[in-house]
Amino acid sequence: MARSKTARNILLGIENLLLHKLRTFLTMLGVVFGVGSVVAMLSVGEGASQEALEQIRKIGSNNIIVTSIKAAEDASSSAMQANMSIYGLTYNDQIRIEETFNRIRQTVPVKMVRQECRLGERALELRVVGTLPAWFELLQRDVVAGRVLTDADIANLAGVVVLTEFGARKLLAAENTIGSTLRVGSSYFEIVGIVRSEGGLAGNIQMPDEQIDAYVPITVARERFGDIATTRSAGGYNREMVQLHQLIVEAASIDDVESVAKGIEAMLARFHKKEDYRISIPLALLRQAEATKRTFNIVLGSIAAISLLVGGIGIMNIMLASVTERTREIGVRRAIGAKRRQIISQFLIETIVLSTVGGLIGIGLGMFIPWLITYFAGMPTVVTLKSVLLSVGISVAVGMVFGLYPAVRAANVDPIVALRHE
Amino acid sequence: MHTAPGEHRNGAVIALNNVRKTYQMGSTLVHALAGVSISFYPGDFWAIMGPSGSGKSTMLNILGCLDRVTSGDYVLEGNDVSTMEDDALSDVRLRHLGFIFQSFNLIPQLTVRRNIELPLYYLGWEAERSAARAVELAGLVGLEGRLNHKPTELSGGQMQRVAIARALANDPQILLADEPTGNLDSATGDQILNILGQLNREGKTIVMVTHETHVAAHAKHCLHMRDGKIESIEEN
Repeated sequence: MARSKTARNILLGIENLLLHKLRTFLTMLGVVFGVGSVVAMLSVGEGASQEALEQIRKIGSNNIIVTSIKAAEDASSSAMQANMSIYGLTYNDQIRIEETFNRIRQTVPVKMVRQECRLGERALELRVVGTLPAWFELLQRDVVAGRVLTDADIANLAGVVVLTEFGARKLLAAENTIGSTLRVGSSYFEIVGIVRSEGGLAGNIQMPDEQIDAYVPITVARERFGDIATTRSAGGYNREMVQLHQLIVEAASIDDVESVAKGIEAMLARFHKKEDYRISIPLALLRQAEATKRTFNIVLGSIAAISLLVGGIGIMNIMLASVTERTREIGVRRAIGAKRRQIISQFLIETIVLSTVGGLIGIGLGMFIPWLITYFAGMPTVVTLKSVLLSVGISVAVGMVFGLYPAVRAANVDPIVALRHE
Repeated sequence: MHTAPGEHRNGAVIALNNVRKTYQMGSTLVHALAGVSISFYPGDFWAIMGPSGSGKSTMLNILGCLDRVTSGDYVLEGNDVSTMEDDALSDVRLRHLGFIFQSFNLIPQLTVRRNIELPLYYLGWEAERSAARAVELAGLVGLEGRLNHKPTELSGGQMQRVAIARALANDPQILLADEPTGNLDSATGDQILNILGQLNREGKTIVMVTHETHVAAHAKHCLHMRDGKIESIEEN
């Protein structure tokens, strides 16, 4: 009984709203755009942050990445010998780190060298990455075809190479090219596998891989390419000596990441004269990205909320006009025996219906706009259930808040005056 | 049929005892009703007459529980309404009274059926039951065929008949009519008055405000008011 009565009241409200279709539609637009912009803005914010979070997560939240960099004052330093700069992490650094900290699971060294590679007719400069099998597991790279490096490869100094999907495509290599020979510089490697590439920027750090990497056992890289890289430049040759280009340290647990990173930083500061390394912690970036996301959402949400507020004021304005217009009707209803609260609920139901329907249309709009953004601008967007529920809640609340004053005004109409109202 | 103050008040559907109504208009007090005592009995048909400012409208508002007395007692079908709160007064209007207005006061966006059903809606009747009642009442006032029309599609006389049907929906003992023929031509007005006469013969107590003598002639009793007081009472 109570439910059917509510349903009847809502139907009556809808009927009344349908009497003035254009007015109802225009009033509703305020809420439609308000809710639409809330959902759309939150989805853009959510999409941007989820992309960043996803990429940061791919680097691994337990990992600490130490990268060799050329110190700024290097040019004038004593380490400069015959146009050769010596910097970066050393094999000893790795050993020291492994021996000093017991809260780490493993360290994965990385050597990188740019080499001209050739597969049949195709030539391409690849970044040859010498590393351990653990690299693929640590960075969660999926195998597309073949296999990744194995411990046996490392031990046997096997001349094998794993390509990225992107690099393989550039070299016209496909699954059936597994087993064929890739010339890297002046050496020959057997292609044993292809992994998915995840290159690019994650948040504001460079991912440890690039799109066109070729992974070889680190022992082989060290033996065949050495520690000295020569690059041609305007004035002749630049030579760099770097033992390890990168060291990925996996902490034992997520709680150890920050303390281990601090320890490594202190240790490296003691053993390195210059700051020729950089420590980045995906976990810290993850936290930062989450904080940024919150701020972003608050700012975007507030802007959208203002448009919703404007929509609400629009509703209030129209409902006040409607109350004035229907003063006589209110008088009649009161004379017949309607109580004040019945008049209040009549008008309140109308505004809530108005704002809820507007809100639902707005959600549709708010889901369509992100789709357009993703389709045309390629920006990732995510419409979360939370933002949809939030918007429905807000639009009902807008109806209640902005409908209450007109409804109370309606209920306080003096029936004697109202009955004479023209 | 009417009695002097304090006498034989048992059995009266409406009993006013020394009712006063005072308005503050600027700095002056206006005594719209200055001590009115009268009782109406079941089956009475009263006309209230008087020049404008005589207090007849205030009288009808008080009788209709739309306004509260400043002092004095008003007992309606055994309920002392002079001290009631707003919600209770609404309830009295809903259960005991039916209103007929000069300008019909139908709700323009609702169909005839829905206008007639309005009191039943507030009484909480089920949809089917009130629809059946609306059909019955429309038949009573001769508007069976107009149930799904909007008031704007009806003539003045038809609109007033809808208003009468609406006033009867809650089956009240008392009908209050405020110049029911004021907006109608005399032939149509007579039809409306005949309907009221018929209802009165069926037992309804009718109180009608009018300023036209020939309209008042349809009532059994006529109450003349002047300056907020009862001037004279006439029997027809």
